[in-house]
Amino acid sequence: MTATNFMQQIINGISLGSLYALVAIGYTMVYGILRLINFAHGDLLMVAAYAAIYAVSLLSLPWQISFPLVMVLTGLFGILLDRVAYKPLRDAPRISLLISAIGASFLLENLAIVLIGGVPKGFPRPEAFARVIDLWGLRIQVLTVYTPVLTLVLLMGLLYIVHRTKVGKAMRAASKDFETTRLMGINLDRIIAVTFFLGSSLAAAGGIMWAMKYPQVNPFMGVIPGLKAFIAAVLGGIGNIVGAVVGGFVLGLGEILIVALFPQMAQYRDAFAFTVLILVLLFRPTGIMGEPITDKT
Amino acid sequence: METSIRNTLCNIALLAVLAVVLYVFEKHGTEYQIRILNNMAIFITLAVSYNLVNGFCGILHLGPNAFITIGAYTSALLTMSPAEKQLSFIIEPLIWPLSVIQVPFAVSLIAAGVTATVFAFLISFPVFRVRGDYLAIVTLGFGEVIRVLCNAMQSLTNGPLGLKGLTPYTTLWWSWGVAVFTVVVITKLVNSSYGRAMKAIREDETAAKAMGVDPYRHLLLAFLISAFFSGVAGGLLAHLITTISPTLFTFFLTFNLLIIIVVGGLGSTSGAVIAAALFAWGGEALRVVESPMNLGFVTLPGIPGMRMVLFSIILMVVILFARRGIMGRSELSWNRVFAALRLQTKA
Repeated sequence: MTATNFMQQIINGISLGSLYALVAIGYTMVYGILRLINFAHGDLLMVAAYAAIYAVSLLSLPWQISFPLVMVLTGLFGILLDRVAYKPLRDAPRISLLISAIGASFLLENLAIVLIGGVPKGFPRPEAFARVIDLWGLRIQVLTVYTPVLTLVLLMGLLYIVHRTKVGKAMRAASKDFETTRLMGINLDRIIAVTFFLGSSLAAAGGIMWAMKYPQVNPFMGVIPGLKAFIAAVLGGIGNIVGAVVGGFVLGLGEILIVALFPQMAQYRDAFAFTVLILVLLFRPTGIMGEPITDKT
Repeated sequence: METSIRNTLCNIALLAVLAVVLYVFEKHGTEYQIRILNNMAIFITLAVSYNLVNGFCGILHLGPNAFITIGAYTSALLTMSPAEKQLSFIIEPLIWPLSVIQVPFAVSLIAAGVTATVFAFLISFPVFRVRGDYLAIVTLGFGEVIRVLCNAMQSLTNGPLGLKGLTPYTTLWWSWGVAVFTVVVITKLVNSSYGRAMKAIREDETAAKAMGVDPYRHLLLAFLISAFFSGVAGGLLAHLITTISPTLFTFFLTFNLLIIIVVGGLGSTSGAVIAAALFAWGGEALRVVESPMNLGFVTLPGIPGMRMVLFSIILMVVILFARRGIMGRSELSWNRVFAALRLQTKA
């Protein structure tokens, strides 16, 4: 493999990894507070992608307005999801919460099939993202460059909220000790709503970028990215936002490079992430940046 | 009359009734009715064995579809004749020992169960290092890995083409025989000291450990037994639909099983049986919503995919508002039936 080719693959890997990272943040934030894998989180990608299609094609809004709008709407949708599927089960056994999450995920997918149809829709990719630029001899679509930049910008914003604002302080407190936080007079329902809002908007950003990268939107488009993003979150150390981003990049790079270096492994690509997951759980269950797991029951 | 003798007699009577019903349907039932009855039995086998892990041990295992796949492929590869295999495997020939072996259906079913158990044992090491959500994802991931492998390992599974033209060995007697056997074995197990240990682990693993119960050993036992029956049911399923491919056994199948055991009541074998029978029947009955409906004055168009929406809603409603499901954790036993009858006569 030539050096140029290799660089190209690295950039592709970073771009894919940043998509995983965007989605992984949402998993890790919700898990940090509720200790719940939000199975329906991946489906928010699909919701956001369809919302963006309708905003651009039906309402004919320019993308500069419609994409942020879709992020806000998906964020609100995330709050709704929590209110309907998870809030009534706060004190129920964990297995019920997980089953509810799986049910919500299937409901979203199948509702999309019934309401929109299973035929993939094209995504109206704005011209601004489709341009191809020449970067030191590499021909790269600008989208590939924008994705990691956007991820880092959103990550900075999120870290600011989590570490420098009062809401963020409450979120961190809730993830350390749910009960004590409640005793301190903090309105946990509001904190959980904010968490779902932030995580879901980031998933929406991921969903829009994903739909621009692979412009085929269908009701099941969120399943595999969702699972892989979850693995990225575990790999980085679940509950840790920076860890989720690191995990996303590692997973994205790993997936692209393994196919680039061993082309005969291409058909095993989807199994790579799960193999990584199994290895991580076997040898370092706390992930790259995770703290040791303490029993919180 | 001694209650245990009475219960045994009642069980025998129930089996006799079942046998008569099956005989009548086999002789006079339509093909459609027989198919539903077969599905019912296979779903009962799958749900009861799945419930052993999820309901009685209280761990969320999301990979039964992996074991069903393994069972289906194992038994299909063993019953196909060498000539058929040569015809099917056009891209890459089947690897050596499998290409010449052909065994009777019964042997292939046992082999399917054993192979699934071996895989379950291998995956149990990473699986039981973790609990809760992690365990759910690892088992889910295992299902995905198996699907990817089925697509990729052409010389073993024929890849995406799958295996076609299997002999339809699965009769009502086979499917219901296996279902009854599964229910008996799982019930015996659950009522033994092993079963009590499993329930103790479900309630509080740390406390169970303090009482000298080894969680790993008991969870592993449940996992392996569940995998065995899932594998056997996979073999039955393969010889019922006669064509298998990697897309047939996705997470979707696991989701259906999850609905069954949640609706039936997590931790109730009789609940799983009832819900599985309802599911197999209801799944067919609900096809109405997907086909055009003529109400005389207006024709409603059928909505494809509506059944799955309904199933998802049922699952969520049960888990949110009626978490006990049909049976909760109680069982339908003869003692309860007779106690209920006695109350009736007194009143």
